[in-house]
Amino acid sequence: MMSDFEAIVVGSGCAGPIAAYELAKAGKSVLVVERGNFCGAKNMSGGRLYTHSLRKVFPDFNAAEAPVERRVVRERISMLAPDANFTAEFTDEILRDPANESYSVLRARFDPWLASKAEDAGAEYINGIAVEALLKSGDKVTGVRAGDDEITADVVLLCDGANSLLAGQAVGAPRPTPSQMAVGVKQVIELPTSVISDRLMTSDDEGAAWLFVGDATKGHVGGGFVYTNKDTISLGLVATISDLMASETPVYQMLEDFKNHPAVAPLIRGGRVVEHSGHLVAEGGYDAMPPLVGDGVLLAGESALMCINAGYTVRGMDLAIAAGMYAGQAAAAALTAGDTSAAGLAGYRSALENSFVLKDMQTLRRFPHFMEHTTRLFTQYPAMVRDVFRKLFVVDGTPVRPIRKTLPQVAKEVGYLNLAKDVWAGVKAL
Amino acid sequence: MSTVNTITVNVDEYLGLNKYEVDEANPHIELASNPDREEFLKLVRVCPAALYKIDAEGHQTFDYAGCLECGTCRITAGSTIIARWTNPGPTMGVEYRYG
Repeated sequence: MMSDFEAIVVGSGCAGPIAAYELAKAGKSVLVVERGNFCGAKNMSGGRLYTHSLRKVFPDFNAAEAPVERRVVRERISMLAPDANFTAEFTDEILRDPANESYSVLRARFDPWLASKAEDAGAEYINGIAVEALLKSGDKVTGVRAGDDEITADVVLLCDGANSLLAGQAVGAPRPTPSQMAVGVKQVIELPTSVISDRLMTSDDEGAAWLFVGDATKGHVGGGFVYTNKDTISLGLVATISDLMASETPVYQMLEDFKNHPAVAPLIRGGRVVEHSGHLVAEGGYDAMPPLVGDGVLLAGESALMCINAGYTVRGMDLAIAAGMYAGQAAAAALTAGDTSAAGLAGYRSALENSFVLKDMQTLRRFPHFMEHTTRLFTQYPAMVRDVFRKLFVVDGTPVRPIRKTLPQVAKEVGYLNLAKDVWAGVKAL
Repeated sequence: MSTVNTITVNVDEYLGLNKYEVDEANPHIELASNPDREEFLKLVRVCPAALYKIDAEGHQTFDYAGCLECGTCRITAGSTIIARWTNPGPTMGVEYRYG
C-alpha cells in the first residue's frame, strides 16, 4: 500500500525544518507535524547559534535577512563567588568572520523563519497537534498518530526535542536519567537597545555571550548565562537534575538570587521581565545518546540528546542543524533506493561520524563526567579565585606580604593535590 | 528529612507574563496518589515554574496550569510519583513569544 507521505518529520525546531528542506529539495513528499500553534511556540534555548552549519545548508545565508538578534563579538566567562566575581573577557576580529559568526536568537522568532525555508521548498506543515505515538508494523516505524489521524510514511524523522516522548517507541531509548539531563530556566528581560549596547560595550547589532560558574547555581553542577538580544537580555541558568534535586534552594530561587547578585544586578537594572521559560538540556554527552537509526526512523537534534557543554561554550543548535541536514539527505537517498530499513538509513550515522557532530561529541565525551565529579569547580574554586585577587587588589594599610608567600597559601586551602588532580582531570576531559 | 530554603520569589507573577491556553478539563501531568514526600521535595527543587509547592500547613500542592512543558519532572520522578506525563492537547499549553 502506498504511504500518505514519503517522509514525516516530527517537530519543527532546528533539526526538523532542515531535514524537511533537504527532503523537499530532493523531490520527496514530506509532512512536518509541529505541536506548537506556530513553529517556535514550544521552543526555548539559551540561546546562541553558531552559523557554520546553517551556511552549509544555505550557502547564501545573510544574517541581515534572518530574524537573528545580535552577532556575538564579546565572550565572557566568570567565576562567581557569593560576594565576588572574576571575569575573563575575549574579543577578536575573527569572531566577525562569516565562517565563525554566531548570533543570539530568540526561538519564537527564529524558528518560523527556518520553517518557512522548508515550506518554500515544498514541505507541508500541520501545526497545533502533537504526535502521540508512532505507527509500527513489526519493528518498522510506518507513520504517526496525531489526534484522531493516522498518517503513514516510508520514513519518520524524529526531531521532537530533548523531552522526546517518542524516542523510546522509535529506537527503544530509555528515558534519560537525572544525571544525563539538566534543567534550563531563563527570563527574557526587556531594556532599550542602546542601554544593552552601552552596558556590554558593543554596537547595536553586536553583543555578548557571558557564562558563569559557581554561585549562579549556589555551588551546584551547572552555570549561569547571559546573551544579549536586540532589545532584550536572555538571562538564565542550567543545573544538572541529579545534583539539583538535593539542593536546598529550588532552581527558580537560584535564578532570582543570580539576578540579584551584585555582579549581575547592574546589567539588568531597570529591565522588565517579559517571559519566564524552561527547557531540558541534554548534558550526558556522547555516552548518553540513543541509537540514531531504527527501521523506518531517524533521530536528529536534541531528541538524540545532541548537545555539547564544554564549560566555556554550549552548543546544541548548530549540531541539530547539521544533523537535520544529514538526516534529510540520508532519508532522501534511502527513499530513492527504496530501502528505508535501518540498513538502508545507515548512511545517516556514517555521515554524522564523518562530521563535527559526532567527532565533537566523542572528543568531549569525558567532560560531563568531569563536571559532575569535580564539585570544587562550582564551590571552592570561585572562592579561591576571589581570594587570589583579594591579595592583589585589596589595600587596607596593613603591611603587604610578598605575593610569592600569600598565593601558595590560597592554593593550600583547597589542597595542592586536589588542585593538581582537578586540573589534570580537566585537561584530560577537554 | 531534607529541607527547602525560604522562598522570596513569586514565580506565579512571572508565569503571569507568559502566554498560555490552559486546558482546564484535562491535566496533562498526573501525580501518583499520596506522593512520597522526598520525591515530591525533589520536584519542588527542580521545577522551573514552581508548580510543586509545600504550603504553609505543610500540604503538597501541584498545579499543571503554569507548566512550561520542559519535562524536568518527568526525568526526575518519571519512575516514582509522576503517574502520567503527556503533552497538552491540541493548541493548548504554553506559547512562547520570545523562546
